Amino acid sequence: MSRAVNCGFVPLVDAAPLVIAAEIGFAAEEGLSLALHREVSWATLRDKLIWGGYDAAHMLAPVIVAQSGGVGVGDEPLDALMMLSVNGQVIGVGPDLAAGMRARAPGFLDARATGAALLAASEGRRLRVGVPFPFSTHALLMARWFEGLGAGRVELATVPPPRMARAMAAGEVDAFCVGEPWGSVAVEQGTAELILPGAAIWQFAPEKALAMPRAAVEAEPEIAAALMRAVWRAARWLGDPANLMTAAELLGRPACLDLSPEIIERALRGRLVIDRDGAEAPVPRLVEFFDAAATFPWRSQGLLIADWLARLTGADRARLRAAARAAFRTDLYRAVLGPIGADLPGASEKLEGAMAVPTAVASTLGGLVLGPDRFFDGTVFDPSDA
Amino acid sequence: MTEKLSIAVVEQDHERALMIIDGLRDAGDYEISVIGDVTGLARRLAALAPDVVLIDLESPDRDVVDALTLASAPGDRPVAMFVDRSDSGVMRAAIEAGVSAYVVAGLSRERIKPVLEAAIARFHVVARLRTELAATKAALEERKTVDRAKGMLMKAKGIGEEEAYALLRKTAMAQGRKVVEVARALITAADLLK
Repeated sequence: MSRAVNCGFVPLVDAAPLVIAAEIGFAAEEGLSLALHREVSWATLRDKLIWGGYDAAHMLAPVIVAQSGGVGVGDEPLDALMMLSVNGQVIGVGPDLAAGMRARAPGFLDARATGAALLAASEGRRLRVGVPFPFSTHALLMARWFEGLGAGRVELATVPPPRMARAMAAGEVDAFCVGEPWGSVAVEQGTAELILPGAAIWQFAPEKALAMPRAAVEAEPEIAAALMRAVWRAARWLGDPANLMTAAELLGRPACLDLSPEIIERALRGRLVIDRDGAEAPVPRLVEFFDAAATFPWRSQGLLIADWLARLTGADRARLRAAARAAFRTDLYRAVLGPIGADLPGASEKLEGAMAVPTAVASTLGGLVLGPDRFFDGTVFDPSDA
Repeated sequence: MTEKLSIAVVEQDHERALMIIDGLRDAGDYEISVIGDVTGLARRLAALAPDVVLIDLESPDRDVVDALTLASAPGDRPVAMFVDRSDSGVMRAAIEAGVSAYVVAGLSRERIKPVLEAAIARFHVVARLRTELAATKAALEERKTVDRAKGMLMKAKGIGEEEAYALLRKTAMAQGRKVVEVARALITAADLLK
């Protein structure tokens, strides 16, 4: 008899590990009947995970740190059992700004030149950038980008991706940072051009995590473990380029993203179409599900998020850092995924942003290569930094 | 005597907004406004400065309202999602009904409770009507499809209506499919052969 697991997700390319776990049979192999439920808002998905009967969710990593650190709703801590994805964001602007930037011809992967061109094209007015949620890697990346550029006049506004085109048309926002496929959809509709992938700001940015309420993890650790194994195997399956066409087909289905698989495949293969003329831009590691320990919930990444949230909200930094350490379940990851073949890194924290090239590191199976993980401005985050 | 509570209902569908307002009016004397155009929602809400914001749980605009809970500029009234820590059943009921409520800091639980209860009751009705409407629409569509397939069979095979339906049903049973699926397949095939 299989156990029913209800899992919420937001229609994005980075929900792929959950979709594959459910569709290709990895969940069934674990005795789980994994039912995926589509949600249109992060707040609603979070609430249904806490009060609405969902067992697990596809969740923005910063939401987990915030909720567990007391900057959320109610007092229920959430856990990040493992990461579902790294990177996957794209930044776009409306046609007018894009035209203004084109004269300066910044490279698509050059965050500094693109940023300078964007600031120049916006001609001194206060730039407004739409992000899907205040506690998101998108918001974190935008904060880092404009800080690194030394740009003071930027405001982030929460705009749900389905409303982004209208918000741009109404002049509510000048630019956006969203998860794929929303950027490609905007290009397809002619409402925006893409100017930069998130990976050009931070080469290895944790994006979505597999979230469960801590109480549920404690009450039924075997369910959490079975789900982790299924999702890890799904991520490994996604790591094989031969499977990407099938993945795009499955993600495109009406109950999932309800989109042409061709658009989804752009993100999966890291070949974006960035403007209406069909210009293509290859992006290394546009979205990563498996390689370079992409599924490992690095505590250092949780701590980086905690520090940023403390600055953003004014909430207690020590409390947020403690929450991040507790919520990023490297302990479970090691105990559950080590025995089924995950190559476990020797440490659970590392410097973030220190690897300019792929770097072999100590690991249980001896084959782990991490990085690159640089920030565009060369800053390095030291998790032990007090 | 306390001032009247002001309530903003974020709802794009006019009919549904009216239903929710009616429900709230029955519950008490409130100052109610509806935001039907969600462009610039954050700005509109800031201008209205309501005590309570009610929004459909299934609306993408919910994240905009949720963002307001932390983006308080100096002078703004802090807003938080209504979470009843003493009774998580209220939150479960709200989620089941499909409504979320945000309230200004400092409002007493006693003043908010009747608003929330009325909203929960009314959102339940709204959700039920929405499901009914969708089901009715689907049923009508199915009926049209089956009628069209029946018509095709009657014409092609020179049989009567009952016989045509019997044929569809028999095929459906033999293939383990629904009658409407067989009808749809027949129509698609016939369109291709035209």
